[in-house]
Amino acid sequence: MAATANTEARLLSRVLRVGLAVAVLGQIAWSFRPEPSSAQSDQQIQGRALYEANCSTCHALDAGGTVNGPSLLEVGPAAVDFMLATGRMPLANPNDQPERGQPKFTSEQIDALIAYVGSIAPGGEPIPTVDTSAGDLALGAQVFLNNCAGCHGAGASGDSVGGGQIAPSIYPASPTEIGEAVRIGPGVMPRFGPETIDQRDLDSLAAYLVWIRDNGDDGGLQLGRVGAVAEGLVAVVVGLGILIVVLRLTGAKR
Amino acid sequence: MIVRRLVDGVDERLDGTSFIRRNLGKVFPDHWSFMLGELALYSFVMLLLTGTFLSLFFVASPAETVYRGPYAPMQGSEVSLAYESVLRISFEVRAGLVMRQTHHWAALVFVASMTAHLVRVFFTGAFRKPRELSWIIGVTLLVAGIGGGFTGYSLPDDLLSGTGLRIIYSAVLSIPVVGTWLAYLFFGGEFPSAELIPRLFVMHILLIPALITGLLSAHLALVWHQTHTQFRPKGTPESSVTGTPVWPKFALKSVGLAFITFAVLAALGGLSQINPVWLYGPFVPYSAPSPAQPDFYAGWLEGILRLWPNWEFHVFGHTIGELFLPAVVIPGIIFTALALWPFIEARAKHDTAVHHDAQRPRDEPVRSGIGAAGIAFFVLLMLAGSNDVLAKYLQVEVDTLNGVLKVLLFVVPVLVYAITWWICRDLHARDSAPIAHPPRVEFRRNAEGGFDEHHDEARSRGDVAATQGDREQP
Repeated sequence: MAATANTEARLLSRVLRVGLAVAVLGQIAWSFRPEPSSAQSDQQIQGRALYEANCSTCHALDAGGTVNGPSLLEVGPAAVDFMLATGRMPLANPNDQPERGQPKFTSEQIDALIAYVGSIAPGGEPIPTVDTSAGDLALGAQVFLNNCAGCHGAGASGDSVGGGQIAPSIYPASPTEIGEAVRIGPGVMPRFGPETIDQRDLDSLAAYLVWIRDNGDDGGLQLGRVGAVAEGLVAVVVGLGILIVVLRLTGAKR
Repeated sequence: MIVRRLVDGVDERLDGTSFIRRNLGKVFPDHWSFMLGELALYSFVMLLLTGTFLSLFFVASPAETVYRGPYAPMQGSEVSLAYESVLRISFEVRAGLVMRQTHHWAALVFVASMTAHLVRVFFTGAFRKPRELSWIIGVTLLVAGIGGGFTGYSLPDDLLSGTGLRIIYSAVLSIPVVGTWLAYLFFGGEFPSAELIPRLFVMHILLIPALITGLLSAHLALVWHQTHTQFRPKGTPESSVTGTPVWPKFALKSVGLAFITFAVLAALGGLSQINPVWLYGPFVPYSAPSPAQPDFYAGWLEGILRLWPNWEFHVFGHTIGELFLPAVVIPGIIFTALALWPFIEARAKHDTAVHHDAQRPRDEPVRSGIGAAGIAFFVLLMLAGSNDVLAKYLQVEVDTLNGVLKVLLFVVPVLVYAITWWICRDLHARDSAPIAHPPRVEFRRNAEGGFDEHHDEARSRGDVAATQGDREQP
């Protein structure tokens, strides 16, 4: 019995020693853990938690990207803000085309995510400041027609651009979101740097897009601003349709 | 009373008694589908009225000016005088916008009702001998209407219409050997030339309306002279005409229809925006907007272009551009076949007789099948012409949609032909041999509590006869 008790005590002592060693090694290893920043603010802690819960599956913990999502290195605050504030991210299915929707996060949470992504993947395009009151409508119309109308439609109501991609309607976008889209070129949209669209162009463009949202519909129903397709449909179905009903009601049936 | 006195007055002076009296009493068949052509006529009248108003303010000049009107997003922009005058009509001229929009809606309804009229004439065989000339004039009117629409659509010198003109320019260029010369001849130089808008203007407000007015007069004179076809019950002689006399009933009804047409067009013009050129901006050669569609009557031409593979041929050292087949040859074949249809059908059926009756579509299953297949073909091409807009609303890829449409373009017309032929044949067979009612059998209870059958031969025969009688009533 005594021999047995002695064996048990030795076994326990060995387990404890191994446990201690593991704990010490773990402590040492922990002290060498990657430090995101020496002074971690509450915002970054919140951002990190949100990032790990919502973004890391596809964009990876280090923001380097996975097969399901692109790298976020150097995308910058403009892209993060645009994708989150317009509800395009997070995507339920990584193969979907990101579409505008209800944003999943509050603006405070978005700021936290921007700060956190900025800390692990610094650089990139800053959030542009867009001041519509500094813009000029005529210049904005010109910038829009020359650079944007080819895909988004002359009425800014959106159109398809091939490859299953849709240039969306611009009406729901805020001036800041317009500026972000111009600067980062989300999806298949080209990126327009200040050498193509300078700050004054950008302010004017946003001013024009805000203006045509509620103006430019002189002449009645706008028919979705898709042009001749809707007009032809109305002419045939409503115009000719009413007249044929009149003929049918007033003419002989046999 | 007034009319009688007026007619008498004219008669006394011009000795036209027989002519006027005969024609006021002329009887016109009044089946509702025979009035579709009148819709086109009254839409054309509306086009002339609103077009005259617009021509007072439109400036057919490509000269540059700086826009200083009330439309804020264009202020200070360099635009052509033509574009500026369209903005002036839209925002400054009193009633200018409603006139412009009514004009455009009237153009769409004009071509739409001409097409509906053509479809009616086709399906009722009203183009048959001796009315082939009316048909050919009608097809020419349709082409003239499309031409009038296209030249008018191009006049405002906006970005959208400029894109359309560029397509036409390229189509003319693609004609082998003479293309370049023809393009320079008609456009007055390299696109976009300074000559273009003045030339389009002359075509739009002078040549094409004159052509349409002339052809329309001939078209109506022929109907008057040759009498209208009409549906006739079997056994009625073809010489008989039933309907309403020109005066008073037919004329008053027609005037009423004219005002209803004007009302619908004016309502569209006042309530619904069409071709907002201020959104499209002035034409610049280096830019193009989207969605870029022509008016609907050219949508099928656009559809051919969008579906056609980019084939380019080299024959005897000449390049035959990829636009030549889809933009020149195929529309040419389609319109030629359409114009010659009465002769094609007559030859196929070895039919040299003169016909004055309007047929029911069911009585000609092959023709009705071809007509329905043709409609399906054009509708599919129009869908192809609007593929980007469709793709947006259907949330599919444009390329997928094009691929599907290319297949459907060959499959659907064949199916539509087969189904139409089949329905027509069955309807025709049912009419010529109506299904007899089953013999009427009465069961009567007898004294033992069982039932006896009583066949009522006379009554069941009577029922069948009554049914046939109903059907044959005109």
